[in-house]
Amino acid sequence: MVLWLLVVACGTKDVGQSDSTLHRGLGTDPESLDAQKARSVQAANVLRDIGEGLLAYSADGQLVPAAAERWEIADDGLTYTFTIRADARWSNGDPLTAMHFVLGLRRLVNPANAAFYANTITDIVNAEAIISSDMSADELGVAAIDAQTLRIELTQPVPYLLSLLTHPSTFPAHSKLGNVDTANSTGTRLSNGAYKLLSWEPGSLLRLQRNEHYWNNAATAVDLVHYHVIVEETVELNRYRAGELHTTDNVPPENFAAIKEERGDELRISQYLGTYYFGFNLTRPPFKNNPHLRQALSMAMDRDVLVEKITGRGESAAYSWVPPGTDNYAPPQLSYTNLEQEERNAIARSLYHQAGYSDDKPVQVELRYNTSDTQRRIALAVQAMWREALGFEVTLVGEEFQVLLTNVREAQITEIFRGSWIGDYNDASTFLNLLLSSNPANMMGYASEEYDSLMQRAAAQVEPRRRRLYLEEAERALLADHAIMPVYFYVSKHLVRPEVRGWEDNVLDYHYSQHLSLDVAR
Amino acid sequence: MVKYSLRRLLGAIPTLLLVVVLAFLLVHAAPGGPFDSERVLPEAIKQNIDKYYHLDEPLPQQFVRYIWNAVRGDLGPSYRYRDHTVSQLIAGSLPISILLGSLAMLLAVVVGIAAGTVAALRQNTVVDRVVMAFAMTGISIPIFVIAPVLVLFLAVKLQWLPAGWSGSTGAARLLLPVIALALPQIAYIARLTRASMIDVLASPFIRTARAQGLGTYAVIRYHALKPAMLPIVSYMGPAAAGILTGSVVVEQIFGIPGVGQFFVAGALNRDYTLVLGIVIVYAAMIITMNLIVDLIYGVIDPRVRYR
Repeated sequence: MVLWLLVVACGTKDVGQSDSTLHRGLGTDPESLDAQKARSVQAANVLRDIGEGLLAYSADGQLVPAAAERWEIADDGLTYTFTIRADARWSNGDPLTAMHFVLGLRRLVNPANAAFYANTITDIVNAEAIISSDMSADELGVAAIDAQTLRIELTQPVPYLLSLLTHPSTFPAHSKLGNVDTANSTGTRLSNGAYKLLSWEPGSLLRLQRNEHYWNNAATAVDLVHYHVIVEETVELNRYRAGELHTTDNVPPENFAAIKEERGDELRISQYLGTYYFGFNLTRPPFKNNPHLRQALSMAMDRDVLVEKITGRGESAAYSWVPPGTDNYAPPQLSYTNLEQEERNAIARSLYHQAGYSDDKPVQVELRYNTSDTQRRIALAVQAMWREALGFEVTLVGEEFQVLLTNVREAQITEIFRGSWIGDYNDASTFLNLLLSSNPANMMGYASEEYDSLMQRAAAQVEPRRRRLYLEEAERALLADHAIMPVYFYVSKHLVRPEVRGWEDNVLDYHYSQHLSLDVAR
Repeated sequence: MVKYSLRRLLGAIPTLLLVVVLAFLLVHAAPGGPFDSERVLPEAIKQNIDKYYHLDEPLPQQFVRYIWNAVRGDLGPSYRYRDHTVSQLIAGSLPISILLGSLAMLLAVVVGIAAGTVAALRQNTVVDRVVMAFAMTGISIPIFVIAPVLVLFLAVKLQWLPAGWSGSTGAARLLLPVIALALPQIAYIARLTRASMIDVLASPFIRTARAQGLGTYAVIRYHALKPAMLPIVSYMGPAAAGILTGSVVVEQIFGIPGVGQFFVAGALNRDYTLVLGIVIVYAAMIITMNLIVDLIYGVIDPRVRYR
């Protein structure tokens, strides 16, 4: 056995001295690499390498032209006309035309394809009717005027449409892929991105190779990209430390302090469009029509302690629902943001009493969270904070994620629950829409006429500055209602080896492989 | 013996069916569904997805559809891996798991029996104590502790071996997982062999053999080994089950794309078809393993008759 060990030991190699292959940790498997059917962050990360939308993001997170070289927006904000690059090609050399984008968007709304992200483009003319099978997908308000001109028509202005058009669900579809579902094996999958898929071994590895036909191929530095599927964060860390990965998908909380010490300059922490929150069930007592109790709990939660002592990976305390860093938006703050925690606790106590509770007349409430070490520690800390500041007793209930989701959605036994929301695109509406009374994902059951009408007014607004004012006004109303307890804003966390060049932190946490290069001399 | 095997295999069909029925009911009884997430889907889109996967049909109808397709070898589409069918996922991952499991089993049997025999022959000496101390440690430390320690030491610190499956292509990537998987079994088998060997060595027929002037090697090789193996053979069934469950952990830790990893992911994602497909495979494997063990039993022990 020792002999075998010695023999095989010589066969391993280190990424540090390898050829031009970039090894990236991915987390879980993409559920699909069909741009229109994919759903997860992991799938989107890979799809941004092997496909390309009309627009894309630069390394530092700015919107830039991609498959479209320019576009015009009509004054009413309802018609967008894109000019596709003449030199854009598929990985088999076929020219990329406006019709391919039409096909892609039709695939997205075609009910036969059961696409998760169909709702991102419901503002395109007829999209909603097609999704509910009342119209044929051919009637979608998207047209190829000629091979290079694409026109998209909307029912109402969507100021963030350009950022939506970077999303993989809006990528083009080659006509060989057809309008409906086809089995698409790796070998025949066509790509219009900087890379093409060589192989996919589920649960293990995705291999990508430079796409020679990509219009900007000259700018691609790395020939091969390997995405390693690694579910456990500590396993990923070990593999990074063993020299098998250039970049990681995450950094585990339990090793964070040690890593900071050991490899501080390889650690990349960046603001991220995501909010960790506790939600109330607003449809049942004790939180229904009880803003005093809700505010008391929100105020008595010492967010600074949570982000410094519990999460401790550079997260920032959240006093708004929309995270900072969101484009064209300045999130309003909770009324007590500038008070010291002790002052907050004093006000919280009096609100708690006003709500009719005291030590003699306590209220028993359950807080549900999905079982994981971090969630449990946060819940325990919050439980202690509420007990100390208010004498408020909360029972912690840890549940498997799917069980938690079911309970929260049914809103019967759920009272307080932990949740998180990650922005789909860089616009405040991706957060604020969640609280619309008509949104099925609004699991709090928040229903405010004022909020809904402000959001409606914002949606109808073409002028970006006016729209922004309405959105901020809506969030101000939401925060004044204490309908939700924002706890902290997420950060993205990666380890990036020193030889990797071109990695820039950005709020979207997009890191296209085509922007990265390897400094082999190191 | 052929007749016996056939009868056993036929008898396995109702068992398998029962397992499938129970698994089907259990996965559907678990709260949540395969497409639930915090991003609750608009009703129209949810309906399209449910229709696509026939989840809008009543449960009995889904069951009949599933069984009907399964009998014809179609285990359905995976709900989580939308580009793959369950059969594709199992076909890709089962050979890896079987390779891993067989190597671990082989290592466990060879090293376990050797260590146990040595310990029995040197009963109550330092050698015996050391071997049994190792065995005790092997039994008491769970795989999810052993495996990361092996990785930390041999892959991260010394960098002799790859830390994960996709980190290399050679046989090297098998070494750590196989050792991690085999260690607890080595320990069990060593203890069983020692106890059984001590028993056998004290029996009258061994004394007779010795009295006839046979050396220790000949006594062990021709007389003691076979009868001493009976408990080990009976243990093969549970050992196979142990390696099966152990591989679920080991595959996670080393990122091996084996069946165990898909089983865990399938259960967490409520990927009904994937879980059911793997349950069928696991059940079939355990039934087969038990049959093989019973057949080996007859080869070793002439007193066993198949009826």
